[in-house]
Amino acid sequence: MDRPIRVLVGKVGLDGHDRGVKVVASALRDAGMEVIYTGLHQTPENVVRAAVEEDVEVVAISILSGAHMTLFPRLLELLRENGRDDILLCGGGIIPEKDRLALEKIGVGALFGPGTDTTEIVSYLEEEVKKRRAR
Amino acid sequence: MQPNGHQLIDGLLRGDRASLARAISFVENAAPSSMKILDAVYPRTGKAYRIGVTGPPGAGKSTLVSRLVGELWSEGKSIGVVAVDPSSPFTRGALLGDRVRFQEIPDDPRFFVRSMASRGSSGGLAFRTGEVCDLLDASGKDVLVIETVGVGQSELDGAAAVHTTVVVLVPESGDEVQAMKAGLMEIGDVFTVNKADRVGADRMARCVEEMLHLGAGGDGWKAPVVLLSALSGDSFPLFLDALRRHEDHIRKSGDFARLKIERGRAKIEEIVERERNREFWKRSEVECSFEEALAQLAGGKTTPYREAARMLDQFRREGK
Repeated sequence: MDRPIRVLVGKVGLDGHDRGVKVVASALRDAGMEVIYTGLHQTPENVVRAAVEEDVEVVAISILSGAHMTLFPRLLELLRENGRDDILLCGGGIIPEKDRLALEKIGVGALFGPGTDTTEIVSYLEEEVKKRRAR
Repeated sequence: MQPNGHQLIDGLLRGDRASLARAISFVENAAPSSMKILDAVYPRTGKAYRIGVTGPPGAGKSTLVSRLVGELWSEGKSIGVVAVDPSSPFTRGALLGDRVRFQEIPDDPRFFVRSMASRGSSGGLAFRTGEVCDLLDASGKDVLVIETVGVGQSELDGAAAVHTTVVVLVPESGDEVQAMKAGLMEIGDVFTVNKADRVGADRMARCVEEMLHLGAGGDGWKAPVVLLSALSGDSFPLFLDALRRHEDHIRKSGDFARLKIERGRAKIEEIVERERNREFWKRSEVECSFEEALAQLAGGKTTPYREAARMLDQFRREGK
């Protein structure tokens, strides 16, 4: 079915830098997606609850605080608890290569670093969602 | 997770959040199972009180709705919120940011928010807002709040008809009121001038009151104009009082039940019209008469009026 991709975009935890996440949210909208923007300082519980209610296909989280090794696994756990581990969890921020690989191993999707071209993010999401819808 | 229709229906009637969310998506996407879901759910609708909140962008609708929902929640009510924002007609994309305002509400099963993109519908509403409200209604919510951008003639009419329409304006809305007054005065049951600490708030309220006097409604309800600040909460109790008085009025006048019938009527009309149109264009396509008409038109041999009459005539003859 040719329907727009629904994606939740937000920030989890304490850091207050939302310039990047807003740029990404606008880029995804301009690529034809329905973007649910949840804003700053969200708890993982809040984000997963919103993802369930909004029935999104993707949760894209920005973390610049360094707490990614706690927050991403927690988000995965909550998605699983809510029976929604079919939702793609991905994101971006300042995340060292070693951590990125560790997170990808436990089931987090792509994590984009600073300076990533938004078209790269758009095509990644389009491909991933297409694969998942075909399942 | 791909639950079948029955599981979804059972889940949503029990008030299960995930089932309700999935069912809303099926309905919003007009998935094949959506008719079955809506059909099963319809007899359980008609209990929720429906409040529409509309007004120009930036008037503070989300802030007002979030405060209203907080009040209703503390009264022990269960609440569903549907926040509609426009889709881009060019890319179909939408940025739905109303949840940002709902962070004060505790994580509680009594509260459910859904953002909807208008998806090509021309008014402030999405095509299936009424259906989404029916699902929330059937899931046992006491109050539904439908938030839409812009004020138009019939945005909250028909299939999405609500019991109380709140129009949110700000002191700077003078031009908007001028531009929209034809429809505005008829749809509003309660008017608010938000951000009332700003210059011109009193004047704005008076201006709306004057216009309401000019077109006094015949249903025995005089729409109040409330000056308030949704952000600070100043004068918010006056607004709550106005809402309660209107609800009393609606319940006493019999309009509460009537509006369910009204929504049903609009739904039948919508479906019949859509299917009839689809059938017409499908047949016209097969018989090539439309293409033919366009070719004739391009050649300067006919007029749109003559061709439309010919196509309708042909359709009627073949329908027999």
